[in-house]
Amino acid sequence: MPASLRELRQRRSSVQTIKKVTRAMELIAASRIVKAQQQAQAAAPYSRELTRAVSAVASNASIDHPLTTEAEQPRRAAMLLISSDRGLAGAYSSSVIKEGEQLQSKLAGDGLEVAPYLSGRKAKAFYNFRHREVVQSWEGFSDAPTYAQAKEMADALMEAFRADTETEGGVDEIHIVYTRFVSMLTQRPEVIRLLPLEVVESDEPVAAEDLHPLYEFEPDAETVLDHLLPLYVASRIHYCLLQSAASELASRQRAMKSATDNAEQLIERLTREANQARQAEITQEISEIVGGASALAEATQSE
Amino acid sequence: MADQASLHVEVVSADRVVWSGESTNVVARTTEGDLGVLPGHSPLLAILVPSACEVVTTGGEREIVAVDGGFISVADGRVSILSEFASLTTGLTVADAQRLVSEAESMLEDSDPDNDDEARKMLARAQAQLKAAEKAA
Repeated sequence: MPASLRELRQRRSSVQTIKKVTRAMELIAASRIVKAQQQAQAAAPYSRELTRAVSAVASNASIDHPLTTEAEQPRRAAMLLISSDRGLAGAYSSSVIKEGEQLQSKLAGDGLEVAPYLSGRKAKAFYNFRHREVVQSWEGFSDAPTYAQAKEMADALMEAFRADTETEGGVDEIHIVYTRFVSMLTQRPEVIRLLPLEVVESDEPVAAEDLHPLYEFEPDAETVLDHLLPLYVASRIHYCLLQSAASELASRQRAMKSATDNAEQLIERLTREANQARQAEITQEISEIVGGASALAEATQSE
Repeated sequence: MADQASLHVEVVSADRVVWSGESTNVVARTTEGDLGVLPGHSPLLAILVPSACEVVTTGGEREIVAVDGGFISVADGRVSILSEFASLTTGLTVADAQRLVSEAESMLEDSDPDNDDEARKMLARAQAQLKAAEKAA
């Protein structure tokens, strides 16, 4: 007999408990994902208007703004890595961290020193385990980020960007590694360069009438850009955080769904084995009784 | 630019659209002073100071929006007011707003003078709401 009936039953009930947990997590992730998507949609108008305004200023005025011009010899680059706070989300964290590692080695190949900024406990744990230096890290909001948190991150990054690279440990470039929410089934880790500005991407195709008319600026283009860029950076970070949150929930839902399915299969197998063991036990008992009875009969006959 | 009968106005904060609709007249305070926008205004991008923006709808109603900075952009009959913490003043009384201002003021006094950006921002936001509430009253 492979395992005793008692052991099999015990194992089955523990798998049943696990299934309840994974099922609950699946449902929670599924309900939160709707909210995360709504939030991402609600933030879209702001980021759309900002993007339009920034590209209007940047393309309209031939200004030499420190935030838009590339350093001749970039020395340090900041990398904002957005991961999750909790596990049980399949390969979500590891794939975004892997993307970050790739970016890091690419930047290092270009002769840049990388200053990591981390969001999410998982990324922090990864860096701590390898005793790597981290400039700053945030945690505790990976599945429901707010604008205020994005703003805080943006402020820290902007400060580093404005600081002098040589003397104050500032950075010349800012990159974000996050996970783009493509659909419920696909989430892709992605890298964007936030500053210096490169081609501005937008989710919606730009209609002809949206192509920038000749704006007047008040007080002047440079001041407007000065004010716009920090807002733009914060809004981009907010966008990335929201996308990552939706991706995290989607991958958690998927991971938990397959865990629940696996648990169901396991329960079925264990139930079969337990039934077999029960049958075998009964058969054995009967043969023992029969054997005992015949031995008794033989004994009385021989007397 | 073609003459339009109305402006399409969107007041957007970082995480939602606060108000959107048709308007005949928008008054906002930029760093250079009060700015009135009528239909057919030329394209413009201006920085706002913490204040109360006034939007007159096509129905003749006044909507007052408190903004804490941000900017206004006008192009092709579209006006966008973007502010991180824009809010409508519906339901906000002058007394409430005054309480907010005094709370923010006391916070500013308590906080460390080198590191009071947050408190200053709170105060600016509260003052903008007070202005808006006064205008609406």
